[in-house]
Amino acid sequence: MPEAKVIVAKEADVEPRINEWKRFCRVFLARKIIWLALFVIALLLFTAVFGPWLAPYKPNEQNLADSMAPPSRKHLLGTDRLGIDTFSRLIYGARTALIVGVATSFTSAIVGTLLGMVAGFMGGVVNTVIMRFMDALMGFPMIVLALLLAGVLGSGMLNIIIALTVANVPGYTRLMCGMTLSVKENDYIMAQRSIGSSSFRILAKHIFPNTLQPMVVMLTTSLGGIILAEASLSFLGIGIVPPDVAWGSMVADGYKYLQTNPILSFAPGICIMLVVFSFNIIGDGLRDALDPRLRGTL
Amino acid sequence: MERLLEVKDLKTYFNTDDGLLKAVDGVSFYVDEQEIIGVVGESGCGKTVTQLSVMQLIARPGKIVGGEVIFEGRDILKYKPHGEEMRAIRGGKIAMIFQEPMTSLNPVLTLNQQLSESLMLHLKMNKEDARKRAIELLRLVGIPSPEARIDDYPHQFSGGMRQRVMIAMGLSCNPKILIADEPTTALDVTTQAQLLELMTEMVERFRSSLIIVTHNLGVVARYAKRIYIMYAGKIVEEGTCKEIFKHPRHPYTIGLLNSVPRLDTVGKRLVPIEGLPPNLTNMPDYCAFLPRCPYKTEKCRTSPMPDLRDVPGEGHRVRCYVDIAEVDNVTVK
Repeated sequence: MPEAKVIVAKEADVEPRINEWKRFCRVFLARKIIWLALFVIALLLFTAVFGPWLAPYKPNEQNLADSMAPPSRKHLLGTDRLGIDTFSRLIYGARTALIVGVATSFTSAIVGTLLGMVAGFMGGVVNTVIMRFMDALMGFPMIVLALLLAGVLGSGMLNIIIALTVANVPGYTRLMCGMTLSVKENDYIMAQRSIGSSSFRILAKHIFPNTLQPMVVMLTTSLGGIILAEASLSFLGIGIVPPDVAWGSMVADGYKYLQTNPILSFAPGICIMLVVFSFNIIGDGLRDALDPRLRGTL
Repeated sequence: MERLLEVKDLKTYFNTDDGLLKAVDGVSFYVDEQEIIGVVGESGCGKTVTQLSVMQLIARPGKIVGGEVIFEGRDILKYKPHGEEMRAIRGGKIAMIFQEPMTSLNPVLTLNQQLSESLMLHLKMNKEDARKRAIELLRLVGIPSPEARIDDYPHQFSGGMRQRVMIAMGLSCNPKILIADEPTTALDVTTQAQLLELMTEMVERFRSSLIIVTHNLGVVARYAKRIYIMYAGKIVEEGTCKEIFKHPRHPYTIGLLNSVPRLDTVGKRLVPIEGLPPNLTNMPDYCAFLPRCPYKTEKCRTSPMPDLRDVPGEGHRVRCYVDIAEVDNVTVK
């Protein structure tokens, strides 16, 4: 092999190195409200996981003698008509909210990603068929579509997850289709083709990682929306059914006693609000911190 | 002698709303082993499409409608564009470097992830070997402290550095042919020279052939053995580098040479080629360069597009009726 003399690039050409993770943390954690949101979500996670050990009573443990008790040391947030401890129900409700929220957003993200990437990558007829179908689904407001499906499928946690997933898939499909369309036009995709990568490889290894940032943002923001939708369905009585506990149905149950014992509705209502708010704040924070325009800034 | 790559009468058309666009219309050229050739022409003359056609990377609405691309004795146009055989050739046997180094690397993957890819794909290397080889390649193309930089992301490199990485990527599987599509256009002039030097050294080292596609005759002057000049989807002149520069015979080549600044003509104004390239969807029957040609004759107007014809000089062929050598003092003014 002939020894060739190579001009080594000057170190001056090397741009300053910035630790992306550090930068992300700095931007993300700069706003105080993020800390509050993170705290709420951490609390939600903690109660969801350790609920049975934390709750002083079983979520359906009736004690008619203590019916409609006001907050006391025995019952932190009082009891409802059947004497069930509200605080315990809230703790068990956290688990329901989180399971429905996470399961729904992940399944709809997976389905939406697959459909969207195929539609965007293949283009042509495939794109038209998938996207027009998604447009049709998008024509319904999420809650109406979920209502319709829950009505058809019946109540219960699994059916609610299915209904909310169907209602959420179009958004993800849209996002991923758009991202794929724009990413696939980049030179590096052509460069990948020119070194013999297969379409699957290009999709999985090169296009998918480029779509992760908007995806993460959408996942977090939609979590709030899904939890709210679940609560709405439960409130309307076609969501989570006993013995499962849901904040939405708790609001509905307490609503009749709004004037006499408002805490029955307010406590779960405030939980819903805090959780949805926190997820939205985190989603916004992620969007700002992951903004590619901030890349490489100190 | 058998050619390494021989393209015969290649035709790639694009079916556009404005009609059939003949981006590449009957182009023939060849490359021998370890040879450097240049393909020169202005924007939109079909030089890039020609190279992409060789790799079968033409996307809709483009279509290769005719011709042969014979590589190592087999017509690779017969392979399916997405088939195994074609994918094995791409990157493994023929590699390509693109014009824009800023966008030719995936921004969300580290260099290691991108460089190792083709090594694992074509040479069936495992992860550690691929990484070692990738570091070695980066060292070869002159990236300082490659062990540290291999885990960096593309945005941490400057344009020139990225093009070095692209060269490393192109050569990673030791391809027979490296196609460099305007490799230096996006870089500043000093970096251009360094990279051309690097590229030619690398292909020599890897015993590859190099096809330099450019709009700048100056880029190929020093390195290419033979040059093809393209205009409006056709080759209008071909010959050795020396012949083309010393005895250009096509009015377009002469125009190109006149529009490049030269050290020996200090103080003179550059002579541009008047007019614009023709609209490829609506090509005349006669010579495509005719409207801009300062040497046109009555014959040019009434005859069809001339064929490439041999003229004196080794392998020198030109697509022109006029024997410019006889018309006036041809050599660059």
